[in-house]
Amino acid sequence: MNPTTAAILHFLQTWWVELVCGVVIVAVVPLIAGYIVLMERKLMADMQARLGPMRVGPHGLLQPIADAVKLLIKEDIVPADADALIFWFAPVISMVAALTSMGALAFGPTFQVARDINIGILFVLGVSSLGFLGIILGGWASNSHYSIIGAIRSTAQLVSYETAGGLAVISALLLSGTLRIRAIVEAQQNYNPQQHSGVWFIFLAPVSFFIYLVASIAETNRAPFDLPEAESELVAGYMTEYSGFRWALYFLGEYANMIVVGAVATTLFLGGWLRPFPNVHWLNWLDFLPVLLMALVGVYCIYRAGKQPVPVQTWFMWAVALGCFAVAAIFAAPWIFAPLKFIVPGLNGAFWFLLKVTAYIYVFMWLRFTLPRYRFDQLMHLGWYILIPLAIVNVFAVGVAIVLESEFGWNRWLALIVTTAFTLAVAAILVNLHDKRTAGASTATTATTDSYAG
Amino acid sequence: MADTVQEDATQKNGTLLGADELVLNMGPQHPSTHGVLRVKLKLDGERVRGTECVIGYLHRGVEKIAEHRTYQQFAPYVDRMDYIAAVSNGLGYCEAVEKLLNVEAPLRARVIRTILTELQRIASHLIWLGTHALDIGALTPLFYCLREREEILKIFEKYCGARLTTHAFRIGGLQYEAYDGFEKDVERFCKDFERRIKEYVDLLTGNSIWIGRTRNIGMISAADCIAIGASGPILRASGVKWDLRKAQPYAAYDRYKFEIPVGANGDTYDRYMVRMEEMRQSRLICLQAIENIPEGPILGKVGKVLKPPAGEIYHSIEAPKGILGYYIVSDGTIQPYRVRIRPPSFVNLQAFDKMVRGHLVADVVAIIGTLDIVLGEVDR
Repeated sequence: MNPTTAAILHFLQTWWVELVCGVVIVAVVPLIAGYIVLMERKLMADMQARLGPMRVGPHGLLQPIADAVKLLIKEDIVPADADALIFWFAPVISMVAALTSMGALAFGPTFQVARDINIGILFVLGVSSLGFLGIILGGWASNSHYSIIGAIRSTAQLVSYETAGGLAVISALLLSGTLRIRAIVEAQQNYNPQQHSGVWFIFLAPVSFFIYLVASIAETNRAPFDLPEAESELVAGYMTEYSGFRWALYFLGEYANMIVVGAVATTLFLGGWLRPFPNVHWLNWLDFLPVLLMALVGVYCIYRAGKQPVPVQTWFMWAVALGCFAVAAIFAAPWIFAPLKFIVPGLNGAFWFLLKVTAYIYVFMWLRFTLPRYRFDQLMHLGWYILIPLAIVNVFAVGVAIVLESEFGWNRWLALIVTTAFTLAVAAILVNLHDKRTAGASTATTATTDSYAG
Repeated sequence: MADTVQEDATQKNGTLLGADELVLNMGPQHPSTHGVLRVKLKLDGERVRGTECVIGYLHRGVEKIAEHRTYQQFAPYVDRMDYIAAVSNGLGYCEAVEKLLNVEAPLRARVIRTILTELQRIASHLIWLGTHALDIGALTPLFYCLREREEILKIFEKYCGARLTTHAFRIGGLQYEAYDGFEKDVERFCKDFERRIKEYVDLLTGNSIWIGRTRNIGMISAADCIAIGASGPILRASGVKWDLRKAQPYAAYDRYKFEIPVGANGDTYDRYMVRMEEMRQSRLICLQAIENIPEGPILGKVGKVLKPPAGEIYHSIEAPKGILGYYIVSDGTIQPYRVRIRPPSFVNLQAFDKMVRGHLVADVVAIIGTLDIVLGEVDR
């Protein structure tokens, strides 16, 4: 065996798990992202009294694939005055950053995507922030006014909201005492009166979760903070000059980023792959929920199958139903066939994790369809005058609560309620100050509107 | 040397740190210029230092066409000006020619005209609300507004067969009798609409983001409005209670009770409130009108060939967007000698520069939305 072959073999033997994971991420995440887009369009349609995509496949289920094909075969346009190299490279940075940060996430006790690195959460946050470099470079290289304004906005937004988001993450790290993703989740299950709690951190640090929620919406450029790509103002912001598959890469990066922030929030605050209240034994029936849910979805599909207008759609609905039943059977298998018991934690873990991430993304979408967009200066005000001071106070409060418990022997819940109340009081003061400041800027012109005046 | 250059730059452009002004070209193809308006923005960062509107991309020479058409032939053309409110345009033109001919439409025709025009006002305001909210980033109200507008368009379609450019009226009265069940349809819409309008109010009126984006944005004083000639909700939001439906009643408006909503600040939020209230008032007018539609003929005594006596006439109505005026000069032939149209959108657009200066780019789209312009009418 020659040395080159031996080296390659050695490399493969050492790293094959990670390589397979990498391939899986690159292959599966774009598909998931595509279906998240479909979910978004369907939800938007539902909230706006219409149907959404209905043409490609039954109820538009194949729409993401049609979209991907359309984008792939579009002409590749690089504007004449653009910086071609950076223009080419920028969307790649955006997407690679989002996909790489997924590597360290854990989707279940046995589904660590790559490996459990000791700086897990820091790695995820750091690498996913690199995606902004792609946005800034793309906006700059396009050599267009709309793009550059979008890029400037995204830079300012990143600086403001990454700070608040990072401070919110700290309180979860204080509670768990580690950066390792698996350990953070386990800290939300194992009851240990000295150090750890047995509940999700959202109950221990609700304010932190709220701050992280707001900051993560801003970080992923979602409405109402979608200023870098505000379509009614800047056409498409930094993506204005992009089309075809380069544009798709940005799009992919954005949705992959949503999955990442959803996964981080789930890991830190929502108990990762744990079911609700993992230590409450009378809730053990929740372990059967995956089976029940999949079976119910299958039954619903069969119920709908008879109402489809086209025979093909009826067959497809049957197929979807059978798929759901197959998944339900996989979830149920360990209870029927005892030797398979070892896969229960992994399967149920993945189910709960993905359910929570989906719920988190659902909140993103819900807000997008409900709220108008902030203006740029209002966004900055919100970030610097309210969110960041609140996040700092919150970190102190959580720290004080932990010290009160461990050093002075306070009851944990008492300590947390006191400090949370303090944080909320500070929040109220901050909002009040902010209102006064904005009102003060325009006292001369403010008057109440009376529609019947005169 | 360098200092003087910088000072010059500062004085000329007035930008921060003497940087160059950024000239941002918005439109004619832009998601939120409501058609083909082109605005050149002079920006300092994101702050607007000056604007220049370029119009005319939709110019069709409507006024010139009038000189080569008979009076009846020209009526469908006016529908194409403000295509969001075609019925109102038709009303203004028909009444102007009637004035010139010195005939009056029968009462029944005038009442039905009033109902249709008020429905059109609601439809026009719904389009304004939906697109305005969309410009500010609220995606959902647009679809709710289109849903309600659809009901109005269905009534138009049943009445005259057309939905958008209706050509609903005829000089001297109505072309068509109201169809069976017209009152019932209008009543059903009006009853339903009260609940619907609450949905928009829930989504927008109390929303702090919406208030932040609209309050004190695009302020214009009553004096400025009058100086420019701005009319309609823009004038009323600045506190001037001027509505031609009350001031110079036409059609059958003197028969109905309604309020004229007035704002205090003249900002975008006031204009929003004024238009929302106008929709409610239009609904009330419709409800009053369908209660008692008088019987009688629908067409006055006009000949097949219209030959107004030589002379000139100016007639104006309160269209959804403001005062819509028709100035017609007749030389005694079957074709007008000259038609001049005073379109509310065109006049109101002049307020744009005054409103926008000093605001941010994001406010520009909010202000274009609040002006409620239709480029078909601006360019004619």
